[in-house]
Amino acid sequence: MNGIQLDLISEDKLDGMTSMEKVRLILDSVRNGRILVLERGLTPSEQTKLIELTMTEIAQDDFSGIEIESYPVKQSDNFLNKLLGKNSLKTRLTVIGPATQLKTIKKDRDLISALVSTP
Amino acid sequence: MGIIKRLGINFTWLKKILFKKKTARIGIYGPPNAGKTTLANRILRDWTGDAMGSVSNIPHETRRARRREDVTILSNGSSVVLDIIDTPGLATKIDFHDFMAFGLSEEESKRRAKEATEGVIEAVKWLDELDGVLLVMDATEDPYTQVNVTVIGNMEARKLPLLIAANKVDLPNSSPSRIHSAFPQHPIVPISALEGQNIDLLYKEIAEHFG
Repeated sequence: MNGIQLDLISEDKLDGMTSMEKVRLILDSVRNGRILVLERGLTPSEQTKLIELTMTEIAQDDFSGIEIESYPVKQSDNFLNKLLGKNSLKTRLTVIGPATQLKTIKKDRDLISALVSTP
Repeated sequence: MGIIKRLGINFTWLKKILFKKKTARIGIYGPPNAGKTTLANRILRDWTGDAMGSVSNIPHETRRARRREDVTILSNGSSVVLDIIDTPGLATKIDFHDFMAFGLSEEESKRRAKEATEGVIEAVKWLDELDGVLLVMDATEDPYTQVNVTVIGNMEARKLPLLIAANKVDLPNSSPSRIHSAFPQHPIVPISALEGQNIDLLYKEIAEHFG
């Protein structure tokens, strides 16, 4: 059967990975033509790391980059974190795929609508 | 006082350390073609009589970050001294075919694409060196782009000041209110960097947020 592989990665799996491992997993998967859905997205600094590494891997006629869509981060309502001055930003669901195969149609605060095509 | 004078001790250096007005390093960020360099040029022309760089309708015209130091902006009796960094447009994809659609040759498009990728990396690196960000959004476009979400997320995580310039309000299909409802937690100034619309209001907000 022909099709596009869709990997849905749980929050638990992401929690056990370092930032670099996450970025590497994403880029390797996307370069193999997979679409990833991360239950809990990347932190803002991981997002910039992903953009940076994506740029180093862009190769003309081979890889033109990624399409990534995530909801804006939310402020966590965890009182203890706030009291301790810990970072209280909550990352949210994120969809990532090859720029040539994933196209965002519409996005707002709580909806990501995307079109997935075969290579 | 008299003793200090008589001893000939000069405290100018101490005054400089204690009372020197800090220069805020502000990055102008946004996706390609949002009008970052047009805005940087407007700011510099208004306050220094100079310009930052060339502008074009072809994306990724700015492919190297440009820095201008000690730009003093006066507004409502207060002043702020800024180091302004005009950064290349942030993107997650760069395809040289897109440049060919603007009439560039294949060779030129490939070179532009390569330089653009380097420019994005440079823009990302600058994020760590800033005291605040002026995020330029194209008010005619959907504000929920990943670039906007990423820049805003980074500033929020670092608790650094962010001011959004909803640019291109001179165009009939612009909708700054869409940007406001997308990011209500941040100050937004609807402007036209090209025509100078609301630019005084932007200077007032700059002095207030980055001063």
